[in-house]
Amino acid sequence: MSNASLTDQRPPSSLRGATLPKWFAWAVAAGAVLLGLGISFAAGLDSSIQWALIAAVLFVAGSYGISAKVEGRRQAKDRTATSLVWVAFLLAIIPLASLIWTTVKRGVKVLDGYFLTHSMGYVRDTEPGGGIYHAILGTLEQVGIATVIAVPIGVLTAIYLVEYGRGKLAKAVTFFVDVMTGIPSIVAGLFILSLWILILDMGYSGFAGSMALAILMIPVVVRSTEEMLKLVPNELREASLALGVPKWRTIIKVVLPTSIGGITTGIMLAIARIAGETAPVLLLVWVTNLINANPFKDPQASLPMYIYLQFINSGGQGAAYDRAWAAALTLIAFIMILNLVARGIARWKAPKTGR
Amino acid sequence: MDISTQNPTSPPTPQPTEAEAKRAARGATRPGDRIFVGLSRGSGIFVLVLMGAIAAFLTYRASIAISKDEANFFTSFDWNPAGVPPEFGIAVLAFGTVVSSIIAMAIAVPIAVGIALFITHYAPRKLGGTIAFVVDLLAAVPSIVYGLWGVLVLVPHLNGLYGWLDTYLGWTGVFEWSGGPARSLLAVGILLAIMILPIITNVSREVFRQVPRMHEEAALALGATRWEVIRMSVLPFGRSGIISASMLGLGRALGETMAVAMVLSPTFDINASLLDAGGGTFAQNIASKFNEASPMGRDALIASGLVLFVITLLVNGAARMIISRRKEYSGANA
Repeated sequence: MSNASLTDQRPPSSLRGATLPKWFAWAVAAGAVLLGLGISFAAGLDSSIQWALIAAVLFVAGSYGISAKVEGRRQAKDRTATSLVWVAFLLAIIPLASLIWTTVKRGVKVLDGYFLTHSMGYVRDTEPGGGIYHAILGTLEQVGIATVIAVPIGVLTAIYLVEYGRGKLAKAVTFFVDVMTGIPSIVAGLFILSLWILILDMGYSGFAGSMALAILMIPVVVRSTEEMLKLVPNELREASLALGVPKWRTIIKVVLPTSIGGITTGIMLAIARIAGETAPVLLLVWVTNLINANPFKDPQASLPMYIYLQFINSGGQGAAYDRAWAAALTLIAFIMILNLVARGIARWKAPKTGR
Repeated sequence: MDISTQNPTSPPTPQPTEAEAKRAARGATRPGDRIFVGLSRGSGIFVLVLMGAIAAFLTYRASIAISKDEANFFTSFDWNPAGVPPEFGIAVLAFGTVVSSIIAMAIAVPIAVGIALFITHYAPRKLGGTIAFVVDLLAAVPSIVYGLWGVLVLVPHLNGLYGWLDTYLGWTGVFEWSGGPARSLLAVGILLAIMILPIITNVSREVFRQVPRMHEEAALALGATRWEVIRMSVLPFGRSGIISASMLGLGRALGETMAVAMVLSPTFDINASLLDAGGGTFAQNIASKFNEASPMGRDALIASGLVLFVITLLVNGAARMIISRRKEYSGANA
């Protein structure tokens, strides 16, 4: 209040109105938390979330009220918007942090060297022991085959779009690649199911799953490769072409090496995305408790399906449930490491665009 | 300038032979070039053929099932493809899919836009970068892990919310709760909201980054507060981006399979209350029923998958139409 009366005495040419000191927000926050705790104690509320909600409401209302009095309505609105943005951020952090925390806490229970190097062969669901060796093997093979299928197609399509593509065909390809990004994984699985298993009469196999995963991978590879090829400076292409190098050799010897870091990053991110896909594997590969190293014949285990099977069989507790969480931790760790390495490569090999 | 006037003593430029002229006119026709163009264009065409094939094969199998369906495929509440006569319809699935996705959007879009604004305009630069990185990583968490977490952590924590909604809003009928485990469409919607937060945040963040600095500085120079800058220059510029980001998120929510299959306790029925068990989604129904399905049942599931394919195609196509006005950002890398 004293601030407000102070500014009233200032000459009218003053450019700034009254402002609240920087510690104001912290003071209101502390007051709101204390008041929120007090109210929930007084009312006998036992939930840990309720006092936080009360405190948040008190904070927003309190800072709006005081600020509107001292600084004016516009500043008060600004403060409200700031607090709402902060609330949105905190609200989103809670479940995401809880997800990571739960996975790590539950996962480390049975995750050890034995778990990683043994299969589930002849281990009953209720028994402790067993491991995920067969699932890791299956996931690596399925994802590997999917990568071998998807990367050439994806990179060549991107080269077509950036280096050659003009006109209607290129536009159509761009649009459908974008739309393809949004195909639900289960639909990709159903497509391979109807073509490969129902019409061509093949059985469950890791390869069938790989084909569905490749469908999910192609658009991601195309988009990221396209972005990277566009970053290659045109001067490089022109210099090579001016020396009489054919266009295809220019692309292979100049354009691709320049952007190889970014392309690798894109491919690794695509792998990280498909490694956790469960739905197509459920439809096409199924699962087994035994080691099956042949991806072209018979059901094969994979990490996502292993998690699902152990979860379904466990009923929410016991050895199988612990195994499900440990496998989830392994899968998340695998995907996170892929992500981190990919981003590391991107930073290390970033094309010099002069920007 | 004419060559003859340039220097009369220089030898005349050799006239190209007919064969050379032809080659020059055709441009790059070296065999290597031809093969390479063919390969790359072939891959592009392959992508188109693949999309066509997905539509064609799903339609083919679906037509087998629908032609034997004794009930109306779009309005029937039954799912009994193995029965004699087979009767099944997608009304329940369509209802569950749409309702859970709408709940997810209603929760996720405001929060995601808030986080995107936080990263680009509110957080200190270093913190913003770190948060953006963490959100990127979270986009990569597989849905099966979200499912595990949803069953263990989210569902028990929702009991309080369900009780509160039942007490104060139960009279509407939409929020009536008869006390079962909180594994209904509302729980699915909340879980889907958490799952699509990262992608919506990523795409809107990219859009907000591209707001011309001049717009913001002009607003600041006029004495606007930070909120007014956002309302006057950031949000109008980013509106189409937010819309398409939301639609990309919607596409994800519509097709999400495993997390829904693990959290929802499905019944093949439409229930007015969002808190009581009831409903199912296309993807969840396929995943849960596939294992025990008869050959006829598989085709019926493929038919419902075809409907899902068409819906996601429309949603994503619309999102891309909007987003293609500004080519620079795309959700594919998010």
